[in-house]
Amino acid sequence: MSNKVLKIDYEKCTGCRLCELVCAVKHDQVSNPARSRIRVVKWEAEGIYIPMACQQCEDAPCVNACPAKALTRNQEMGRVELDYDICIGCRTCVSVCPFGAMHFVPADRKVIKCDLCGGEPQCVRFCDVQAIQFVDEGEINREKGRAAAKRLRTAEGQAAALL
Amino acid sequence: MAMKRKIAFIDLSTGKIETQAISEKIRRKFIGGRGLDSYLLYNHTEKGCDPLGPGNTLMISGGFLTATLASATARTHIMAKSPLTGLLGSANMGGFFAPELAWAGFHHLVIKGKAEKPVYIYIHNGEIEIRDATALWGQTTTETQWSIREELGDEEIKSLVIGQAGENLVRYANVMTGIKNSGGRTGMGCVMGSKNLKAVAVRGTMDINIAQPIEALEYNKKFIEQITSSKVNQTQGTLGTPFIWGATNSWGGIRTRNFQYNQCENADEIEPEAIDDIATETIGPHHMTGCFGCQVHCRAQYKITSGPYAGKYDEGPEYTSQGAFGGEPDCKKAETVLVGNHLVNQYGVDNLEIGSIISWAMELFEKGILTTEQTDGLDLSFGNDEALLEMVHRICLRKGWLGDVLANGGIPASETIGQDSFSYLIQVKGMSNLHSDERATPALALNIATSSRGSDHLRSRPAIDLYHLPEKVLHKIYGSPVPYEGKLSSEHTAYEGKPWQVYWQENCYMAVDCLGICKYHTVFLGPTLPNFEDWPKVIKYNTGLDFTPKEIWDVAVRCNMLERLFNLREGLTRDDLKKGDTLNHRYYDEPCQRGAPDVVGSTIDREKFKKMIDEFYLHKGLDNNGIPTPERLVKLGLGDEPSHLL
Repeated sequence: MSNKVLKIDYEKCTGCRLCELVCAVKHDQVSNPARSRIRVVKWEAEGIYIPMACQQCEDAPCVNACPAKALTRNQEMGRVELDYDICIGCRTCVSVCPFGAMHFVPADRKVIKCDLCGGEPQCVRFCDVQAIQFVDEGEINREKGRAAAKRLRTAEGQAAALL
Repeated sequence: MAMKRKIAFIDLSTGKIETQAISEKIRRKFIGGRGLDSYLLYNHTEKGCDPLGPGNTLMISGGFLTATLASATARTHIMAKSPLTGLLGSANMGGFFAPELAWAGFHHLVIKGKAEKPVYIYIHNGEIEIRDATALWGQTTTETQWSIREELGDEEIKSLVIGQAGENLVRYANVMTGIKNSGGRTGMGCVMGSKNLKAVAVRGTMDINIAQPIEALEYNKKFIEQITSSKVNQTQGTLGTPFIWGATNSWGGIRTRNFQYNQCENADEIEPEAIDDIATETIGPHHMTGCFGCQVHCRAQYKITSGPYAGKYDEGPEYTSQGAFGGEPDCKKAETVLVGNHLVNQYGVDNLEIGSIISWAMELFEKGILTTEQTDGLDLSFGNDEALLEMVHRICLRKGWLGDVLANGGIPASETIGQDSFSYLIQVKGMSNLHSDERATPALALNIATSSRGSDHLRSRPAIDLYHLPEKVLHKIYGSPVPYEGKLSSEHTAYEGKPWQVYWQENCYMAVDCLGICKYHTVFLGPTLPNFEDWPKVIKYNTGLDFTPKEIWDVAVRCNMLERLFNLREGLTRDDLKKGDTLNHRYYDEPCQRGAPDVVGSTIDREKFKKMIDEFYLHKGLDNNGIPTPERLVKLGLGDEPSHLL
């Protein structure tokens, strides 16, 4: 059983925050990054931008900590789901999420999290530089592995040239 | 929704703050952004007011579509009477400030008076407060931004700030946000400095309702495809604006040694690919960044590789820095361009103006009009990289006789320096030209001569004129949304038809400046990019308002006329060499010496150029003196300005 997950390559991120905008519009029909399920964390003085979103953890702290059992892991879809009918709005999940990817929206008095847009994540669709991709969870390391192998190959070539 | 964004009137003398809604009637007449700012400027300043006095009014705004799904709606507009030109002051920048202002509840700020001591304005979800900025005074542009975040304990605050140049009232000090987004032209940072206003900080988490969210999302997707599929934007996204410098230099359109040559020769180190290599080497393969919501990502990141500033991070350099610290002073070291760019960003000063003015001083030094006595011993020769950078410090800090004199702007400096120094100054209406040379391109020359904020390419430049597009294509672009039956020429050297192109571009750029969209998302460098026909849907889906292409055009024409009215009120006359729609005599008298075969020998023909201006005036509804006809004013609904609707 294999599912697709968000793969975030922060080196490619230009920091434009369109992902935040389309996320808010898709879920709440408004422009407001404070409603986005994905947030770009920035170190502007160094030019570093890192989009942070729910990792849909296997053994998710939010699921484990939720006193109302409103958060569950849907094994079939490979994601952590929030049932608003059960949620008591205690924000425990917000506290325990190690990625800061659970958010509380004061205006609505409710917790929000990434639901992968039901299988067609809009952040992925709108990210022209492909800093956010929706890939098979078994393939998530493939690009990184290839890049590392390429570096090795280049290094070996250089080393060989020294002999 | 966008219609709910307000306007705030902030009086720094009295501390009084008022907010108002912006009615649909106002939106229909001026849309927002620069257009509405031009109305506010005309209505909220007295004729002849001192640009550095409390009577000058500073407008800061986002566009009507800011922070919506209209694609690249990041632009902030800043307007006031210019302390550089004494005429219209207007600057525009990208970044993340305007969207944050919109999420904080506002589209327009009208700042009056003068604070007794340094202050900054903090706007947070509809609330506005004026705070002490004594501790911030003296800080660089980035230090100021990080200090404000620390003081208020919020990393998401976006600030529009001035650096030391603005504090020292350098007449062309800019306003900045982020690392290098600059509202560069006409000295808006100087106006902030004169008001003791160090910064405007904003933070917002208020909803902007999208009228038709699904349609807006899908149209944004279509827009992105239209924008990123254009070759020009693909190149922008790889090399940034330096590619324009490279292309222009190759045919001979780059001012060199002030205005003596039109091409910078043997400048391998500052060619776009070389600059790109430095970014790749110091940052990595993914070194491009962008403004809010934009997929063009035209801004490079880099670190300075050598010299006393080695290791410093910055963004750019834009093609304007290649001109300011490369071509114009004839300096050819990459380090000089990278350091120059870093210094102007930190001091908060217009790179175009400072580079142009120093190059002018270099020519005066070469001619013996300036001596080492006046430069305090500095060898201000062309090609002297150290002297160039030293002058940047001296101007921004008003250090030494020449630094102080040049900080006052070109025309006042020419009056102090005397002799025939003015005749070497490449300016229009008191603002220096950017690094480009328009002697071989009459349309571009008409653009800088008639631009409402002085010599500038972002007001009305028909840049696609250089592509030699077939006349059929030109008619398709320039024949809408109002019909044009006259001649259009594919030749960039021609004079015929160009006045209409300049007039059309003037309205096109005004329209996007009202909407708050970046010019790279319109017919600026790419003929296939969005246009009047595309904007009604964007407006409709995002705000719910219906506009036809012609109605958007009409708003743009009206707002351009308001800018004209302001300039006329403040003393513009057609043939005034310091305040008119004029070019330096060198455009007519000194032929281009370098570049492509059809460029070498080029000058602007005085008689033909005069006819171009006549025709341009006709399109704008101005008489031969450049004054609007009463009929045109009535037609545009500007029969009795100031009308004080806001």
